[in-house]
Amino acid sequence: MVQLVDKISEIRNGKRVIVKKPELLAPAGNLEKLKIAVMYGADAVFIGGQEYSLRSNADNFTLEEIKEGVSFAKKYNAKVYVTTNIIAHNENIPGLENYLRGLEDAGVSGIIVADPLIIETAKKVAPGLERHLSTQQSLSNWRAAQYWKEEGLERVVLARETTAAEIKEIKEKVDIEVEIFVHGALCIAYSGRCVLSNHMTARDSNRGGCCQSCRWNYELYRQEAGQEIPLFSDNDVPFAMSSKDLNLLKYVPQLIEMGIDSFKIEGRMKSIHYVATVVSVYRKVIDAYCADSDHFEFKDEWLQELAKCANRDTDYGFYKGLPGYQQQLFNESRQKPSHDFAGMVLDYDEETKMVTVQQRNFFKIGDQVEFFGPNIDNFTMTVKNLYDEEGNMLDAARHPLQIVRFQVDQPVHRYNLMRKENVHAV
Amino acid sequence: MPVPELLVTPTNINDILPLIEAGADAFVIGEMRYGLRLAGEFNKADIKNAVEIAHNHKRKVYVAMNAIFHNEKVEELDSYLQFLQEIAVDAVIFGDPAVLMAAKQSAPNIRLHWSTETLGTNWYTCNYWGRKGAKRAVLARELSMDEILEIKENAEVEIEILVHGMSCMFQSKRPLIDNYFQFQGKQMEVRQSGQGYLFLYDPERDNKYPVFEDENGTHIMSANDICIIDELQELVDAGIDSFKIDGIFQSPQYIIEVTKLYRKAIDLCVHDSNQYEEEKDQLLEKIIAMQPQNRGLDTGFFFKETVY
Ligand code: SF4
Repeated sequence: MVQLVDKISEIRNGKRVIVKKPELLAPAGNLEKLKIAVMYGADAVFIGGQEYSLRSNADNFTLEEIKEGVSFAKKYNAKVYVTTNIIAHNENIPGLENYLRGLEDAGVSGIIVADPLIIETAKKVAPGLERHLSTQQSLSNWRAAQYWKEEGLERVVLARETTAAEIKEIKEKVDIEVEIFVHGALCIAYSGRCVLSNHMTARDSNRGGCCQSCRWNYELYRQEAGQEIPLFSDNDVPFAMSSKDLNLLKYVPQLIEMGIDSFKIEGRMKSIHYVATVVSVYRKVIDAYCADSDHFEFKDEWLQELAKCANRDTDYGFYKGLPGYQQQLFNESRQKPSHDFAGMVLDYDEETKMVTVQQRNFFKIGDQVEFFGPNIDNFTMTVKNLYDEEGNMLDAARHPLQIVRFQVDQPVHRYNLMRKENVHAV
Repeated sequence: MPVPELLVTPTNINDILPLIEAGADAFVIGEMRYGLRLAGEFNKADIKNAVEIAHNHKRKVYVAMNAIFHNEKVEELDSYLQFLQEIAVDAVIFGDPAVLMAAKQSAPNIRLHWSTETLGTNWYTCNYWGRKGAKRAVLARELSMDEILEIKENAEVEIEILVHGMSCMFQSKRPLIDNYFQFQGKQMEVRQSGQGYLFLYDPERDNKYPVFEDENGTHIMSANDICIIDELQELVDAGIDSFKIDGIFQSPQYIIEVTKLYRKAIDLCVHDSNQYEEEKDQLLEKIIAMQPQNRGLDTGFFFKETVY
């Protein structure tokens, strides 16, 4: 049999080194998040433009911002993909060609697409764009992957309903780039096959109008012989259809060995703190495994680091097979993440050891804060003094985006982030 | 004026003849191993039988292969398609491109209808699947009358729409009901048992959504049945090719009676539109009188605006 999966590894200086490193693909809800994602180690980011993207509420990119994002990413050798994965109606057809040409001119590397309308139009008017099949098509088998390969697509994003064994088989049987979701929120339905929000709120979920109707309250009954029999009692937990978030960090080595081309983190609506944390942790694990796979050891501190920005329980989704109740959330109460984003470093003076920070959440003298970033090891310290821009003493940084200074003994760098423990976290 | 096809869903082989008498032109059947949300299970022998009966009466049989397939089933698609081609079914309904690949390889003469339900929302995409071999596109139920008419105007393939019955709002691969019971530590029969069904009550909207599980996952259905028996004229005039009545969760008697009424409505639209105007309210009244408890009627998205 022809070996379709590229060579994964080779021996260098007695070490087994991974030569086929997967792409780490991060969400970027706006320009600032794009920059952070790239600086914290993403090989590529996906963003939404003003139209044709499934997140109509996110502060989507204008064409100008896309250009700026692309040129910023380029400096880091990172790529920018644009989600254009709505399921279009007739009224969305006019304007599509211009929109796609604009993306091509802006220098984006590819688009993430679900509707054949957009797939074919892109090929015709913007052939420079790679086309990646969106998970909205719920691609779940190798023959469908073969179909999209023959249609000329560069990459397929698999359905989140595929198991490890299925992912592996698809990769082995079809010579096409395979992208899978490794981290983030999951739809409880097959993507593209849920129109609950259309029916309940007249908002089109397949064009970005999803209201997460699946997470609302429902009661389960049996209708039988004219009777409605409740299938719960007063002290039962109510029926729920909410998935725990996906977290495949532990399985990164397995996925690398399968030759998966791109690891995707979900969450264009997520905060800068979330994006930075998740990207940097996956970056560390991928790099550690690829540098010396035989001596790789999984460190629990990586999972602990991820937990600092998580506000929902996580699990491995369909990775090991059909999910049971353990992969769902019942009686959900919003948890707070264990840590809050407190500020972003703008500058650091090596001589005076004074840091300049832009405040993102309340903090005060005496608080324990943790710094992290792509070029430092995480460290925790206590805020001992605090000044505003004019040098006036403060007891706390109270105002959003306020610029403050204080002493940090260890060096930090621009764009390092600062978090503090959330005292009210559960 | 061309007469649109009246397409119905029998619950078992015994429904075929009475439905033919009631005025059905074509049938959707199949088994849940390959097809989604069918009114009944038809194994291979049943399908063969159904095709014979239907063909004797110059009626058509379409077999549903519109599941979302995972690797475990994609290699058996070929032999199933070959079987369907041999017994001369009139079309296969597909959504997953895997079926297209298998048909090209193993049953190149079989007629294909494209249906994913939710993804059939614009005319370009309908024609795209037409270029890939589909002769018909089944439209999403979440479209307005105007959108349907515009699609038809631009379509190079036949267009099928749902005119009556329940429609699916949600399909999850997960066994959500089973998982709920397991979480509670309860043993429950969650599969469809023939009598009765489960529903989700939505207190906010005071709606009841039928819900069921099968090997394709968990399916949540609309609270009301679509019924546009009194709004057919424009669609007939536009040349919509096929009108489907979906009988999932309904009794054979109900499906037969509804089929008769739609037959009448369609024939009037084609041959005597004045008379249709006269009679359409009565036709609707008759359906209202037949509705089971808990199942209201509405016009779906035909006259409803959706935003995003
Ligand atoms: S309602 Fe829930 S399952 Fe449906 S699209 Fe929205 S998040 Fe997904």
